[in-house]
Amino acid sequence: MADTVIYAMYDDDDVTKEAAKKMVAKGIHIADVFSPFPIHGIDPIIGIKETRLGIVAFMFGITGLTLAMIAIRYMMIVDWHMNIGGKPNFDFLGNMPSFVPIMFEFTVLCAAHGMAFTYFLRNGTLPGMPSHNPDPRTTDDRFVVEIRPEENTQFSIEELSAFVKSTPIVEIEEKVIK
Amino acid sequence: MHKESDIRIPLILGDKSYKDITDDIIRPIESKAPKGWYILITIFAIFGLWGVGCIVYLLGTGIGTWGLNKTVEWAWDITNFVWWVGIGHAGTLISAVLLLFRQKWRMAINRAAEAMTIFAVMMAGLFPLIHMGRLWVGYWVFPLPNQFGSLWVNFNSPLLWDVFAISTYFSVGLVFWYIGLIPDFATIRDRVTSPVAKRAYSVLSFGWSGNAKAWNRFETVSLVLAGLATPLVFSVHSIVSFDFATSIIPGWHTTIFPPYFVSGAVFSGFAMVQTLMLILRKAFRLEAYLHTKHIEYMNIVIMVTGSIVGVAYITELFISWYSGVEYEAYAFLNRATGPYWWAYAAMMTCNVVSPQFFWSRKLRTSLTFTFVLSIVVNIGMWFERFVIIVTSIHRDYLPSAWTYFHPTWVDIGVYVGTMGLFFVLYLLFARYFPVMPIAELKTILKSSGQNFKEGYGNGAGYYDGHGHDDHPIVAEDAMIEEDVVEISAVKELSSEEIEITNKSLLERLGGADASNKDDLKLISGVGPVLEEKLNEVGIFTYAQIAKMAKQDYEALDSLIGSFPEGAERDDWAAQAAKLINENN
Repeated sequence: MADTVIYAMYDDDDVTKEAAKKMVAKGIHIADVFSPFPIHGIDPIIGIKETRLGIVAFMFGITGLTLAMIAIRYMMIVDWHMNIGGKPNFDFLGNMPSFVPIMFEFTVLCAAHGMAFTYFLRNGTLPGMPSHNPDPRTTDDRFVVEIRPEENTQFSIEELSAFVKSTPIVEIEEKVIK
Repeated sequence: MHKESDIRIPLILGDKSYKDITDDIIRPIESKAPKGWYILITIFAIFGLWGVGCIVYLLGTGIGTWGLNKTVEWAWDITNFVWWVGIGHAGTLISAVLLLFRQKWRMAINRAAEAMTIFAVMMAGLFPLIHMGRLWVGYWVFPLPNQFGSLWVNFNSPLLWDVFAISTYFSVGLVFWYIGLIPDFATIRDRVTSPVAKRAYSVLSFGWSGNAKAWNRFETVSLVLAGLATPLVFSVHSIVSFDFATSIIPGWHTTIFPPYFVSGAVFSGFAMVQTLMLILRKAFRLEAYLHTKHIEYMNIVIMVTGSIVGVAYITELFISWYSGVEYEAYAFLNRATGPYWWAYAAMMTCNVVSPQFFWSRKLRTSLTFTFVLSIVVNIGMWFERFVIIVTSIHRDYLPSAWTYFHPTWVDIGVYVGTMGLFFVLYLLFARYFPVMPIAELKTILKSSGQNFKEGYGNGAGYYDGHGHDDHPIVAEDAMIEEDVVEISAVKELSSEEIEITNKSLLERLGGADASNKDDLKLISGVGPVLEEKLNEVGIFTYAQIAKMAKQDYEALDSLIGSFPEGAERDDWAAQAAKLINENN
């Protein structure tokens, strides 16, 4: 049965982490872990790579800074220069000190919103999206390890669930997904 | 897990488990709002409506309805703007700067302080909008192509910097706040039973599932946003101070303004947080999460920033004399001894003298004193802006134009109105949103919870009932090995024995059938799977569970294969009895 999922439920984050370590040591591939808060240190155990969202923020920030510079240079220097308080108005660099605040604000604006939007898209968290946590208690005080037998073909389902039961679980569920 | 010294005072008091945290924070959302809430929201809504009425009247008639005149052409409008923006600095400071410094005590206050920030910035933004006079052409502040020979906005102007700073601050603050709220909305979504609430919170939670990758991204996003928001906080109030500092009015033309305004903003922001949180923790009985130590930390911040503000006031006075510029010297002399001496005295007393009381430990740990002082500081900070703005311009270079500012009822109405709107928004927030970050509080329970530190109850060894001295490192490998034996040793019963056990169990608990079944999932430790199994055995109602004694737990243990050992510890019987009472 390739379409079965095993959900092992724990009631403590450190126990979950230790159990995941045991399973991985045994050669079981863990599909996902659902928890009410971030379990620190579980990512390398179950093979989750560090997110690249920080780089995304940097890229968006650079984009924002460039856009701000291009736009301000066009508006204040090229298109319509005005003599304001005798400030140098014929070259961008000479007048730049008084453009710094808006360049900075626009950089932050683009970096923050660009990263936040990417975060929502990559997570699949947008208004009205369905949630897919296996049990409502995983947002409260339960921790669920998801194991997909189709990713662990070297074990039978019975072997998998027997091993899962050998860890300090509080509940185990085998679900057939359609 | 990040370890914390045992000497440090725990941040979460009492014997709390993860579930207790969820329950405590969500309780006000799940239960009915008290009568006081309705009374307060009605009063503030009336104030707010009054303010809206004043704004409509102002827009219809003109800025002349304010008490401004030829000399004092900027008064309450900008005073209120700076006051509200200043208040709106604490939230981001708490959640961003304290996050970068890994200050765990921020978790008790960051959600509510950020909400305060967002609502305060909303109120602040209202003032520049209405004091434009012609609100309907407000979009002219943005650099849009236009028909006036393509006349662009002036990027050299601090007023335009302000537009960008405030709008960036507001929108980034909102996103930061909301990203933190999503997991907590998911917690509420998975608990509430009413279909309307379930639908609302499932939309609000954006389908959050709490899988490992999402948490990994969540932590990075929080950290990067904090990194971005930290310089943003400082830039925003620096830019607000540029509105004055870049002009050449004596009293405004001061290079000390940016740092002085920023510390003033932190000062007033923390004071407002104190005012609101002292009420909130009492009303919501959240004393375990926000206790005297948190209040004391905030009071220390108030004392430090208040002293910085005091030094700035005195530096200004000194420099005005030392500069040898007589206009500058007169502006400050007039501030302290002129017709507005009373405002200056109020500012000095409230902002410089009053926070010095916090040098005394007794006073800074007294909740009543803190509450009174937080209000004093808020009044003082309003006067600071009033003093800077009005006293600097009411006596200009032409003595015949010297004047005194009298606010009109519209001035007062708009100000009172923003207070009303602010508190309406805040009351709605307190009622429908989790006022403390549930997920984040759970992450510090093990390092800063009293039970974990002292090793009793739900704390240390929460999952196996041992003190933390027996388990210096939780979940040793050996422990898992032991449990392997225990779990596989569950007795196999023959079908006859099962029937007998089941029958005697139901004799003791009383029979019931599926027609009058209760929602057993409401009992802590019971999920959908376990509920089904209990139903198979013949247990459908709370009444049955309430009768359970030790031998019944044992009987159930042998009947249901993967029965949790926690049933007796969680005390199902007492929980069920409680649920019966609540239902009646």
